[in-house]
Formats: sequence, C-alpha cells, structure tokens
Amino acid sequence: MTPVLEVDRLSIAAGGRRVVDSLSFRIAPGEALALVGESGSGKSATARAVIGLLPPGLAPDGGVIRFEGAPLEANSAALRKLRGPGIGMVFQEPMTSLNPAHRIGAQMEEGLALHTRLNRAERRNACIAMLERVGITDAPRRLEAYPHEFSGGMRQRIMLASVMLLRPRLLIADEPTTALDSLTQAEVMDLMAGLAREQGTALLLITHDLGLVARYADRALVMQHGRVVEEGPAAPLLDNPREAYTRALVDALPRRGPARAVPPAPPLIEARNLSVTYPKRGALFRRAEMFQAVDNVSLAIHPGEVVALVGGSGSGKTTLGRAMLHLVPVSGGQLLFRGTDVTARTGPALLDFRLACQIVFQDPYSSLDPRMRVRDIVAEPLRLPGGMPMEERHRRAEALLEEVGLGGLGTRFPHALSGGQRQRVAIARALVRDPAFVVADEAVSALDATVRKQVLGLLREQQRRRGFACLFVTHDLGVVEEIADRIVVMQHGRIVEEGPRDAVLDTPRHDYTRALLAAALRRPGTAA
Amino acid sequence: MLAYVLKRLLVALPTLLLVAASVFFLMRLIPGDPATVILGDAATPEAVADLRLAYGLDRPVLVQFALWIERALAGDLGRSITSGEAVGPLILARFQVTAAIVFASVGIAVLLAVPLGMLAAWKQNSWGDVAAVAAATFLLSIPSFWLGLIFLLVFGLWLGWVPVVGYVTFAEDFWGALHYIALPVVTLALIETGVLIRMARASTVEVLRLDYIAHARAKGVPEWRVLARHAFPNAFAPTLTLIGLIMGSLLGGIAVIETVFTLPGLGRLLVEAIFARDYPVIQGVMLFIAVIYVVVNLIVDLLYPVFDPRVTAG
Repeated sequence: MTPVLEVDRLSIAAGGRRVVDSLSFRIAPGEALALVGESGSGKSATARAVIGLLPPGLAPDGGVIRFEGAPLEANSAALRKLRGPGIGMVFQEPMTSLNPAHRIGAQMEEGLALHTRLNRAERRNACIAMLERVGITDAPRRLEAYPHEFSGGMRQRIMLASVMLLRPRLLIADEPTTALDSLTQAEVMDLMAGLAREQGTALLLITHDLGLVARYADRALVMQHGRVVEEGPAAPLLDNPREAYTRALVDALPRRGPARAVPPAPPLIEARNLSVTYPKRGALFRRAEMFQAVDNVSLAIHPGEVVALVGGSGSGKTTLGRAMLHLVPVSGGQLLFRGTDVTARTGPALLDFRLACQIVFQDPYSSLDPRMRVRDIVAEPLRLPGGMPMEERHRRAEALLEEVGLGGLGTRFPHALSGGQRQRVAIARALVRDPAFVVADEAVSALDATVRKQVLGLLREQQRRRGFACLFVTHDLGVVEEIADRIVVMQHGRIVEEGPRDAVLDTPRHDYTRALLAAALRRPGTAA
Repeated sequence: MLAYVLKRLLVALPTLLLVAASVFFLMRLIPGDPATVILGDAATPEAVADLRLAYGLDRPVLVQFALWIERALAGDLGRSITSGEAVGPLILARFQVTAAIVFASVGIAVLLAVPLGMLAAWKQNSWGDVAAVAAATFLLSIPSFWLGLIFLLVFGLWLGWVPVVGYVTFAEDFWGALHYIALPVVTLALIETGVLIRMARASTVEVLRLDYIAHARAKGVPEWRVLARHAFPNAFAPTLTLIGLIMGSLLGGIAVIETVFTLPGLGRLLVEAIFARDYPVIQGVMLFIAVIYVVVNLIVDLLYPVFDPRVTAG
C-alpha cells in the first residue's frame, strides 16, 4: 500500500548548520506516528517542512517528501491545494493559533470555501456539526464569537475542528497540548485521536512527552540533533528502549520517590479561611462584579515539608500560592507566619516575611531581568538589608551558581542560557538568602521532559539539604509523585481533597482528583 | 455605543478645563503687556490704560479667567486684540486650510505606507524590504521646511506648475485651491509616509510570525488572502493608534509648512498671535487644539474594535 507520507533523506539547514540530517520515515494510511525529541532535535522543523511552511531562516537542504506517492514541491500551487484537504496541521499555542480579528465561524468556514463546492448554508451546517463533535455547546451561537472569548483548551478544540472539517488524509499535530493543563490535554488528545480514527486520518504527532506517545501513537521515532536515534512500535520501544538516549527520555518520566516523615512541628505558614476576589471586567461609573478566585481556604505548611498544590487552569491554585506570599491582596481571612498574623502588614513591617519567603515562577523567559548578568540576578537579594560588600555578594552568588550546576556562567546574560539553565538561575535567586518557605509556581511546566527531571532533582536536592518548606503549585500530578510529601487538590477556588501523597495518589476520594489522575501521563507500574 | 461616546466626552471635560486654565495662567506669567505691544511707539500711559480697560486687562486675573470660561461655554472666544476679529470664526476659517492639507496628506500617506510596509515585512530582508526601510528612514529624516523649499524651487519657480505664494479657498475656486495646496500636501505626505511605513512594517513582521498566519497557510489560503485578510487587520490596529496621534498633532499646527508655503492656517495664526501677545487668540487656538486631540483620539478608539475585537467600545 502506498504510504500517505514518505520522507526520504530529508535535510534542513539553518544558515550553514543542519538541524535535520538525512531523515527518512513513512506513515501508512490511518497510522499514528510520533516524532519524539527535545527542543532543538529538529522534530518541529521536519513537521513544517512536510507542509511546506518552514519558518524564515530554515531551508530544505536535500531529500524528497512524497505525499501519496507524488513528490511535494515547496512553494508549488499543487502543495497549496493539498494544504487543508490533504494535509492538515494543528499548532501548539492556543493563544495565537486563531486569528483574533475574525469570528471563529468565518475562520472555520474559510477552508471549506476554498476547497469544497458547498454553498453557504451547507458550510455553516458542517461547521456547527463539527463544533458539536468537539464538544462545544451552543454551537450556532458560538460561531459568531471571537477567539478571545474562549479558554485555551476550547481554542485548541476549535482549531482541531477547523482542521478536521476538511477531512485531511494526514494530520500534523505539533506539540498540540503542551500549553494546556493535564486534564484539558487528555480531553483534546482523546478528541484528536477519535476524529482521526473516524475519518481514517494518518497522524504525525510531534511531542517531547513520552507519556503522550505511549497513549496515542502506533509507532514512534526518537530524534536527537536532527537524526533518528531509534524507531519502532511505540509500546515495545518505551518498555525496552535500546538506545541510551531513548532510555534517558523514558527515565525522565515521573517516578515516585520514597515517602518521608516530616517531624511534627507547629506550622511555619498558615492560611486561615483565606479568600481572594478579583473584579471582573471593570466599567466606569459601575461597580464591577467580583470573581472568587480563592474561597475560604485553610492550609498549613510545616517546616521542611513539601506540599503539592494541584488543580486545573482556573482552579485558584496560583492565586492561593501568591496570596500565601502576600503578593496579592486578600479579601478575607488571615495569613500567619511562624504563629504571627502578617495579613495586615505592609512595607518595612513585612521585610522579615519577604526575606524568608521566596518564589520560583513558571516562565524562565520573563522572570529574569534581561539586562542583568546572572551573577547580579542571584546576588541582588543579598543587598537588603545589612549592606554586604559587593565582592562578598558576588562570591556567594558564584558559589550558589556552582551548586545549581551553573559554575562559571555568572557573567552571562539570561538570553545566553537555555530554558533549563534559566530556571536554575531562578532557583538560585530564590535560595540565596536561605529562605524558610519557597513557592514553586509551575516551576517545571515549561521545560522538556529530561530537563524537567534535572530541575526537579535540583529542587528536591536543595530542599533536602536546606530544609525549606515548599509549596509546589502544578497542574500535573505526575510531577507531584517525584517531590511531594502531601498533596492538596483545588477546584473552583476550594480545597476538595488533601492528604499524604501516597494516600491521595493510590486511593483518591474526590472525583476531581480521580479525573486528574486519569489524565496524568504517568508511567504505568511506577509506584514504588 | 452612544452612551460610550457621551461618557468619553464627559470624561474629557476636566482635561479641557485643565488645558484652558494652564494656557490662561501661563500666558499671564510671560513678561510683557499686550497693550504696550499693540500700541508700540504710541504707548502713552493714558493710551495703555484705555486699551487695558477696553479688553478687561485691568480686572483681577481670576475674574478674567472666569469671564473667559463663561463666554467660551457660550461659544464666544472673544475678539483678537490686534485685528478685532471674533476669535471663534477666525479659528474656524484658518482651521479649514490646515484640515484640508492634513486630511489629504495623511490619507495619501496611509494609502502609500500601509501596503508598502506590509509588503516590505512580507518580503523581510529582501532587497525590496531594505530599500523600503532605507527610503522610509530618509523621508522621515528630511526637515519638512527644506523639502518644502526644494519643491517650491523646482515645481514653482523652475517648472512654473504651481503658484509660489498665496491661497484661495475651495469655495472660491476649487481647481485653484488644489493648485495651492498640492505642494504642501505632497511635502507632508512624504514625511508621514516615512513614519508610517516603519510602523506598518514592524507590526506586520510581528503578526506574520504568529501561528494563526501559519494556520491560514496550512489551510491552503493563497498568500494574497493571508496578507489581506489575516495579517492586515491585526497589523493595522497599532498603526491606527499612530495615525490618530499624527492627525492630532498635525491638525494642531503645521506652522512650519504653512510658513514655507504662506498659507493662512491654524499653526501660523497661533505663531503670529504669540508674537503679538494676542491673548484671546492664543487661548482660543490652544483650547481648540485640545478639543481636536480629544475628538481624534475618540474616533480612533471607536474605530479600534473594527480591527481588534478584543477591544470593545463600551
């Protein structure tokens, strides 16, 4: 049988460097192939080359791509006609993959108008049916809405609907769910796999996440530095990886660490009936409606304890984390630090608290000042108070950078570091004053699997050595297995379940926890 | 929508009052008495006193301000100290000249610059793009008076295509008026084209990088349609803001251009009034400029949701 897609010794160059080097693979009709690798492995470039949409700076450098037996010529009219009905593509970033200036109905219909002879009413009906298929309720009315009126997960469904509407023979999905929380990720992936099966569409799934591969691909191809490392049926490849690199990727999947007993002590930090409200879209001369982000939550964290705060987007977990750092105004309740009420403190009275409590943010690209050298970023918290001389500050910063694996990089600027290295800088900055409490807000969510594993390892090692208490905010229960002593699950601004890690993971009581667990891409049989 | 417009105008009132007050009081901080300036050599103490009485300059400053505001609200901006003309109609007459030039030149600039800037971004780093950026930088670096003088020299004196001095209104002689404003319009349009090409190019480059452009292409949408339908509305929104700012500042006065081409516009009126210490005219013009800013920005804000539905008016 003719393969849907045949890539034959494809090379792609960026400047003089080859990012993809003589890559060959085939996809049979209806088959799901996963292209697995980390950032910079050339997997996205390969996907873009197939549909002829290489970003500026990248250019094909030899090789042939055949679609249903016929070679594809870049920039040809024939390729443009294939885009849509022949090859469809789903993109990673739900926030920018739909055009903000047009209603979603118009965007969905555009492909149909270009490639089919359906009339207006027929196109509209097709859009409505497809929207309903991907689980958007009230579809006729929603066609008139703009992308910004939908959440990230909804937008990704709409994007999927608009691509599958043309019934492509090959669907390219480039990290389609990386930006979504784990619950939404599972829903969107299930939908995608289901639609592909219904329509007999072959799937080229680009991902760095082996968890997705195990669940959604027939075959996998592992890439590193633009070359194939290992290829084969997905399940055996994950169970018995032959190559060291594949093994490293498999090992990067979360694994449960040993349970620890935290010695009993009075709480270090405690939220008592804490509430946080935000005004919804404000309006002049009118009282804005309030949104209850955190609703009467009580949570105590003990010295040296690692508490995972888990929930989907909009559950209020990030807001609670920030409220416990006194970073957002609370509308009710108390925040106690070492037994003292600090809720109403401001300015200088809050200094001790500020120095003892630190945060590591999610996005390593925006959380470091691009104009400061790494050493100065880490040393900055040492300026206050007391006036340590600059040489001493720099010495300490360098020592800590050494400790987090960035020795000798102190004089670099953040842009010269990788995402994982930046997150190490952020961790060093949080730890430089030996804090008692650290909030890690989705601190590893933006990282590749192997890098995530390393950064988590660093965080755990530092936690064990320095003994700070940690609130680990995340949507991913998999990550929690590695590091948490206790798990707190939040939904709609309230805590719905709370308990020791093993109890929550092995015998969850609340439905929401069970749903989160089902969606988490954990390696089967990793329970220690 | 209507409620939003009214609300915006209402919110603008304190701004306008503030402008009025600062103009009024700052004028009086400048040393020099208008009566002395007007009378010149004939400034005997009696003559100065008479003139001050006639224009209310002998009253306390606060009373003068209150009176001025009261009359301004009724549409009466006073009379020019130098010419005796009513300030309101004077401003409107002069504004017509300025507005004709500004609307025509900004219109031409937008029609030229936005497609050019978008094409340059589409072919980023090609020789066409480099040429467009170089041309834009050159245009916006030329002083407007110099370009105006060169045009006068070439098209007015050497070729004799257009008159060098003077002005007729469109109402008097439509074709004649076109002749008079052709050069100033072209001068201003070229300079603003430089600014707008850069803006349109920069925002298009940003937009073309986004996934929804790749998504449109991945649907098989032809390139011209990707640009016109998917890139244009998103890239134009920031340019629209800039157009608003440009319109506001140009309508408020293109004194240099008006001086070079000897046109009786608003900018020249203001400059002449300042030299003559013609308080009522200065105050009236400044207030009028403030109103223009408010109105132009309001129009931009009302247009914005057309290009970016994430911004809603209301």
